[in-house]
Amino acid sequence: MKILVAVKRVVDYNVKVRAKADGTGADIANAKMSINPFCEIAVEEAVRLKEKGVATEIVAVSIGAKQSQEQIRTALALGADRGILVETDAELEPLAIAKCLKALVEKESPDLVILGKQSIDGDNNQTGQMLGALAGMPQGTFASEVNVAEGKVNVTREIDGGLQTLALNLPAIVTTDLRLNEPRYASLPNIMKAKKKPLDTVSPADLGVDTAARVKLLKVSPPAERQAGIKVADVSELVEKLKNEAKVI
Amino acid sequence: MAILVIAEHDNASLKGATLNTVAAAAAIGGDIDLLVAGNGCGAAAEAAAKVAGVAKVLVADNAAYAHGLAENLGQLIAELGKNYSHILAPATTGGKNVLPRAAALLDVQAISDITGVESADTFQRPIYAGNVIATVQSTDAIKVITVRGTAFDAVAAEGGSAAIEAVDAAHDAGISAFVGEELAKSDRPELTSAKVVISGGRGMQNGDNFELLYKVADKLGAAVGASRAAVDAGFVPNDMQVGQTGKIVAPDLYVAVGISGAIQHLAGMKDSKVIVAINKDEEAPIFQVADYGLVADLFDAVPELESKL
Repeated sequence: MKILVAVKRVVDYNVKVRAKADGTGADIANAKMSINPFCEIAVEEAVRLKEKGVATEIVAVSIGAKQSQEQIRTALALGADRGILVETDAELEPLAIAKCLKALVEKESPDLVILGKQSIDGDNNQTGQMLGALAGMPQGTFASEVNVAEGKVNVTREIDGGLQTLALNLPAIVTTDLRLNEPRYASLPNIMKAKKKPLDTVSPADLGVDTAARVKLLKVSPPAERQAGIKVADVSELVEKLKNEAKVI
Repeated sequence: MAILVIAEHDNASLKGATLNTVAAAAAIGGDIDLLVAGNGCGAAAEAAAKVAGVAKVLVADNAAYAHGLAENLGQLIAELGKNYSHILAPATTGGKNVLPRAAALLDVQAISDITGVESADTFQRPIYAGNVIATVQSTDAIKVITVRGTAFDAVAAEGGSAAIEAVDAAHDAGISAFVGEELAKSDRPELTSAKVVISGGRGMQNGDNFELLYKVADKLGAAVGASRAAVDAGFVPNDMQVGQTGKIVAPDLYVAVGISGAIQHLAGMKDSKVIVAINKDEEAPIFQVADYGLVADLFDAVPELESKL
C-alpha cells in the first residue's frame, strides 16, 4: 500500500514564543524551526508500516515556504521514499491545506494518509478531519495504535474517558497522538542518502486550490501574566495560607 | 441569528462541557438550539431541554450516531448547520473530532478552542501552547467553533423548558465502525470540572505512589491529574494527563507535585486560580507560575499535607 504523510515546518517545541510588541503576530524571526512533533510521529508510523511489509511506498508532503524542503528532507532521512512540496509564501489555514492535500490524494491515490493531530504553532487540530470530509474518507483521529488488516485499518484512539477502537475502510486518514510511537533519529548516512531522493515542487494554483484566508488575525497579545508567588517554609504554612489567605480549601 | 450547539452526552445525561459551550453561545447572542445525536439518547435530550437559555432541542436518535462516529455525525451537523449562523461544540476530544469535518463539508474555516467572545464574528483563542493569545475575525457566513470549557462559566443545568424536536435524518456513510472501548474508572470528580486538582509528575517515581495523591484528593474532593512524563512512564492512564496534548483545566486550586513545569504542561493548567507547587528542585520552572511553592521532598510533604487537612 501507498502512504501519504503530511509534515509541517514549525517553531521548535522548546522555543518559548512571545507575541510581538506591536500585536501583529508571534515573534518567530530567527527562531529555531523543526518538524512538528506530531508529524514526526506520523512519519515514524509510516516507516514502521513499511518495515512490517504493509506499506510499499511513503510520500512525504509539506505545504509552505521553500524552507519546508528541510522538513521533507528530514522525513526522507527517516525513511520516506519521495517528497512533494506545495510551495507558497502565504500562511495557509487548515481548510486550504486540506484542499491541497485532497488534490494530492486524488493524484497519488494513497491507501492511508497519516497526519499529526495538531501543529504546535496554530494548535488547530483540524487538517486531518477536514481532509477526511473533502476526500470522503473515514478518519481515525488521536491514534495511539494502528493495525492494518484485510482492507481495513483498526485505530485505537485516545478519548477523554480512555481509549476507543474503530475499524475504518481503506483508504483512510489517521492523525497521530503522542503515544503512538517514539520517533527514531535520522542517521548521518540516511541524511546523506535523503539528499538524493526525489522532491517535486508544485504550487497551490497547480493543484487548483484557492488559498484565500477566511479568518483574519486582528491582533495578538501576551496571555495574562500571573502574579509572582511566594515560597512557604513548610506544610503547616502552606495549609494555613490556602485556608486563610487564598481561601481555596 | 441562531446558534446550534452540539451537546456532548453519554445517552443518559449531558457532559459538563456542554453547559460551558451554551454559555459561550449566550455570549455571542441569539436563539440557542441544542443538538443531541446518539442512539437511545432520550434521557440526555430531556436533560438538554432543562438547560437554561436553550430555545429548542433537536434529537437525532439513530444507530448511525452511536459512539459519535465523525463520518456520520459530521454529515448530520453540516446538514442541520446550514440553517444557523454559528455552530458550537465543546473542545473535547469528541468536539475536536467531528466539528472540523462538518466545517469542511460546509466549506468553512473552523475556529478552534476559543477562550473569549468579542462579537458575533470575533473571538480570542490561544496559539503556541497558550503563550500567545490571538484575536481572530471570521469572514465565513457560518461560524464553526469549538469552545474551551474552562474559559466560560457553565449555565444552569436546570430551569429551562425547551421544546424537543425529533430529527429524522439518518446519515450512515458506512465507512467506519465502532469496535470497542476501554474507559478508565474513577469515583472522583471529572478532571476538567473539578474545583481542586492535584497532579503528579515524574517525581512520583511509580504508579503505586499516586496513592499518596489519591488520599489527599479524597480529603479535598479533588480530581487527580498527571503530567505527560508520568503518563509516558506508565504510572497512570493517559486520560489523567493535563497539558497541551491532554486536558485543559482551570480549577480554583491546582497542586503540582513532582512536576517540573514544562511548557506543554503549563498550557493545560496555568489559568488555575491558585497554583501550588511541591518540588524538591527549587530551580524547577513550575515555581515561576506557582502562587505558593514548597521546596521539599514530596514523599515527606504529601503525607504531612494529608494529615493536616
